[in-house]
Amino acid sequence: MAFPQPRPQAPQLPHHLLRTIECQQGAVRAVRFNADGNYLLSCGSDKSIKLWSVSRGTLLKTYSGHGYEVLDADGSYDNSQICSCSSDKSVILWDVTTGQVTRKLRGHAGKVNCVQFNEEATVILSGSIDGTVRCWDTRSRRFEAIQVLDEARDSVSSLKVAQHELLTGSVDGRVRRYDLRMGQLHVDFISSPITCVCFSQDGQCTLSSSLDSTVRLLDKSTGEMLGEYTGHKMKGYKLDCCLSSKDTHVLSCSEDGHVYCWDLVEGSLSLKLPVGKAVVQSMSFHPTETCLLTAMEGRVQVWGAEPEETEDDSMVT
Amino acid sequence: MASDSDSDEDFVTYGTPLEPLEEDEPLKKPVPLHEQTVKDEKGRYKRFHGAFTGGFSAGYFNTVGSKEGWTPSTFLSSRQQKAEKPNARPEDFMDEEDFGEHGIAPREITTSQEFSSSRRDEAREKARAVNAQSALITGDTLLEELIAPARSSIGVELLKRMGWKEGQGVGPRVKRKARRQQSDGGAKVYGCALPPEGLADSEDDDDDGEFAPENVTFAPKDVTPVDFTPRSGVQGLGYRGLDPSLALLGQGAAEHIDLFRPESETRSRLFGNAQRGSRRGGVAGQAFGVGALEDDDDEEVYHRDNMSRYDTTLGGEEPGDGLYGWTAPQQYTKKTERSKDASYLGKILEGFTLAQKPAEEKTIFPPPSLPRDYRPIHRFLPSVSISGLSGISPALAEALRTSKGHMVKEEPQQGGRHQLDSGQRRALLGEDTLQGPSSVMELLRPEDRERLLSLCNSSNQTSNKTTTTTNPPDALQSTGLAARVLPQSSAASTCLLQQQEALAAWKGVQTSSQTFKPFEKNPSKQARYEHYLSRLRQGHKDALEQSLDPGMTEWERSREREEFVRASILYRPSSSSLTSRFTRAKQQEDDDTVEVSQDQEGDVDDKQAAVKMKMFGKLTRETFEWHPDKLLCKRFNVPDPYTGSGLVGVPKIKRDKFSVFNFLTVADSREMRAPPKPPESSKKSRWDVSEHTEQKKKNDPLSELIIAARNQTPETEVNQTSVPDLPALPVPTRANDQTPGNKSETKPVDQQSSDKKKGSDDEEEESRPPMDLFKAIFESSSDEKSSSSSEGESENEGGEKDRKKDEGTDEPQPVNLFNITSTSSVTCSTVTASIPPSTTSSQQTAALAQTQVEEEFGPKLPPPSASLIRGSATLNEEKPSKRGKEKKHKNKKQHKHKKDKKKKKHKKHKHKGKQQKSKKEASNSSSEDSDGDDGPVSTEELLKRLKSVPSHQSW
Repeated sequence: MAFPQPRPQAPQLPHHLLRTIECQQGAVRAVRFNADGNYLLSCGSDKSIKLWSVSRGTLLKTYSGHGYEVLDADGSYDNSQICSCSSDKSVILWDVTTGQVTRKLRGHAGKVNCVQFNEEATVILSGSIDGTVRCWDTRSRRFEAIQVLDEARDSVSSLKVAQHELLTGSVDGRVRRYDLRMGQLHVDFISSPITCVCFSQDGQCTLSSSLDSTVRLLDKSTGEMLGEYTGHKMKGYKLDCCLSSKDTHVLSCSEDGHVYCWDLVEGSLSLKLPVGKAVVQSMSFHPTETCLLTAMEGRVQVWGAEPEETEDDSMVT
Repeated sequence: MASDSDSDEDFVTYGTPLEPLEEDEPLKKPVPLHEQTVKDEKGRYKRFHGAFTGGFSAGYFNTVGSKEGWTPSTFLSSRQQKAEKPNARPEDFMDEEDFGEHGIAPREITTSQEFSSSRRDEAREKARAVNAQSALITGDTLLEELIAPARSSIGVELLKRMGWKEGQGVGPRVKRKARRQQSDGGAKVYGCALPPEGLADSEDDDDDGEFAPENVTFAPKDVTPVDFTPRSGVQGLGYRGLDPSLALLGQGAAEHIDLFRPESETRSRLFGNAQRGSRRGGVAGQAFGVGALEDDDDEEVYHRDNMSRYDTTLGGEEPGDGLYGWTAPQQYTKKTERSKDASYLGKILEGFTLAQKPAEEKTIFPPPSLPRDYRPIHRFLPSVSISGLSGISPALAEALRTSKGHMVKEEPQQGGRHQLDSGQRRALLGEDTLQGPSSVMELLRPEDRERLLSLCNSSNQTSNKTTTTTNPPDALQSTGLAARVLPQSSAASTCLLQQQEALAAWKGVQTSSQTFKPFEKNPSKQARYEHYLSRLRQGHKDALEQSLDPGMTEWERSREREEFVRASILYRPSSSSLTSRFTRAKQQEDDDTVEVSQDQEGDVDDKQAAVKMKMFGKLTRETFEWHPDKLLCKRFNVPDPYTGSGLVGVPKIKRDKFSVFNFLTVADSREMRAPPKPPESSKKSRWDVSEHTEQKKKNDPLSELIIAARNQTPETEVNQTSVPDLPALPVPTRANDQTPGNKSETKPVDQQSSDKKKGSDDEEEESRPPMDLFKAIFESSSDEKSSSSSEGESENEGGEKDRKKDEGTDEPQPVNLFNITSTSSVTCSTVTASIPPSTTSSQQTAALAQTQVEEEFGPKLPPPSASLIRGSATLNEEKPSKRGKEKKHKNKKQHKHKKDKKKKKHKKHKHKGKQQKSKKEASNSSSEDSDGDDGPVSTEELLKRLKSVPSHQSW
């Protein structure tokens, strides 16, 4: 044959539990991969952030300095900095190696739900229950936000940054996309309080989960709905959703202790991952590989496509 | 010298010992010059470059420059590396030697400044200060003190921490008596310096007559160490050169200068008792004789010292004197009165000086002896106070009255019936108004009255004032007509001036809001007063007379006249000096315009419908112009899309808050019962907005269709009871005083109407009347059931279709059910006033649950670890129950809550049902079943559940 056959590749899903990390920091409010997926950050309700190695499951560093439970964290592209936000209304920029607080940014009127670096880690964006998104400058010593985006009429529950775009989901049931290059704000009305928003990896779609137990995939440019994923339970808690690294699947946490995984195109449930009995609060998909982090109560679980060596399995309780 | 083995424990050795010298040893050969080499710590030879060319270490391995050679390190191209300044520190220019132990910047563990004990020694300073006084140039240590850092060493800090205070000695606290004995005990010299010495003396003096309680202990006395300042001159011991201060003071050195004894005359002289010695002007030192001009020839010119002044014994008197071995003669000068204040120096606080004159003794006069029949109660007769006060300024009078707590007239409850005027008394007694004239004056003919008044005015203006003020009681007591007129007329004359003053103050003032109401207790009086003020503002001269009540007696009127004038002057419109301090509120509550984003987000109802039909896209998408901050663009590496626009964010425009057009346009767009839509205005609180979106959700056309269908169905009891309330619709504040049942009808409408539910009641009310108007106009009488059912309907958004089907079979029950649930829900919302009005959204159940913990909104976080506490098996059921419990906290009435919970369950579940496609419902129902309620529920099922609510209570 002149053309090599496309390699038949079964869609890989994180079936296997590779590791369970008992974080020992109260409830894990959020779990996040770092930029390259080798480390993970767990945000605890005991005011600390912990940095773990994904492959070994060892604790590398603890960052403490928040005044209340940490709700979200993000690592910079170069792994040199971490930003985190907390119920104490502050956003903290950490130095990864020293564990020191580089900057403590105050200005939000309420607890800060979500935080993200922009691509170059020059700006920290934080969304708060006060309905604002604040853009903090990491370069200058200014302690005020560069800009405050107060278009949301209710708590900003989730935000994501991709290149020049900022996606925010708010409890007022709207997904807002700020396009810096175009200077435009696109508001998509979902009607139910948004719990989590995501960009797809190709940057053409937005994913939003809302409290009506539905995850919707919207076309970024037009706002048309490309897919709707239901079956899970998300009615009261702010839970995460995400797309797989290859954009093949849509994943969402559920209050019934599972992670639901749908085929993106077909919308059919392809995996219902039993994580535990409690609510799966947060999750994060590996940026490149098929690896999933889930956070339930005080522990973080690492899921992979292939089972690892037996000793890891034995570790798993 | 190295110490011997047996005695070396006493000594500290330092350096390398020389080898013990043996006498027989042959002389060592001197080391030749070429063998005298110096090596550095690594064993390399060091070359001596000469003392001025670098010593042993010059450059890099005895070369110039550095490892790289001689590179000018200072120059950098400013093109590539801007602003990188060579940040040279002194350490950059130091070598190892400098960092070494004896270098200029030793990098070894040394006692830091903080811990070094030589930092600031109070006692030493004191001693030095004393010595400096006697030095040639007085106050040369002053400069040092100025420069010296005002830090105390760690030792002092520690002592202070332990309770030591500066000026105290160190050691266990002593009792007063013991200490005195100690100091009295013969050979007690207290310190070198005069102050402490005097201090001891003076205290001892004071002690004699002083009461010293037993349980009071005192810190031991401070000890002033002797200052060992090296002698700088070549003169002998005890030499003292010309002392300019002494020369100026005109006092010769009469005595042997005692270095050690601080209480010697020379010392005490320094402290100000210069008058003590013989006065002599001019320069006089030890080496000078008697000048020709000096009159006193007899004085001893040459100083003769005799041995008797010296102490010849060693030791003996030391213990406790704090002199530590000094053998100087110990003579005690007599304590004089003058030395006393000098002696106070030690005690006086810094920055204070002793008073030159003793404080004048205050002569205290005994209180006057009271007469036997004195009663310590004083009563002011109201009229007396008025007439008496009318002479002085009203402000003062007011102040006087308030200061005495005698606000008689303004506070009716204070004085009983005397403070009521006749009209009020009449009203209290229920009597009719007297028909006859109210005053004697009115019996007279008008011209007679005028004549009488003018007569009184002219004749009494001068004399009467004195009579009324001096003995007003007499004037009152006399019951004749003249006597009654007298105070009144005199008051009137002074009143006239005051009236003019008040007129000047109030004329032209247009402030409509008169904030202060002096006669608030008496509404009619206040009304009269305001009438008077309004007339004043218009500039009426006879404002006072016109505003008074003609029905009152003359006396009451005169009183009121007084009060009004006084009050009007006292509470005159704030003068410019005062007003300038305040600014008007920028944003008034009742501001007509409001900042609104330019691109108004469109009708949410349409979008709601679109969402329902899953027609995402154009219908749900809105695009606004948004101006990112310049810096934000820079940080994102994106060109500013709107260069040159100073705007940041979404552009805003001013728009009328409530304009008719807003209502009209929206009314057009919607069907006839469309709620008037105030524009998205004044973001009062963001928190409330979310539920507004939820309300919007209810208003989808589909549900309204069903509502319309429902309206045809027969009514249930619940609705029928509430029917009669309908006609009262347009009353704006109706919703507030309504019974819960009524509320259930109006509330949904309100919710629909207040497009933007702000959560603030007043605004709600503002938006309400037009709504009710609409309702009254457009709706039939069966409307309220439709609205109430619409509430129920809207909650159950999803399953309307199914229910519609059900209704065909079983109509009354579902309606009934809905009504019950909806009422309960709304009453709950009223009960918990803190919650924003509508409690009907599923999102709000979450919010509700969260507010219980703290004021949180939106989706909440899962509990930290439920399974750790509880049995994990029941966890799925636990979640909702938990939430239910939280709700229970909110709602005080449990039975209501029960329904509430139930209702929420329905609604929540319907929510889900809405989202699910019918084909999926089957597959999903299993998971829902675990939660206790499933998607499409038949009405029978619902009814059954409702009946079994008590059993579910334990959730």
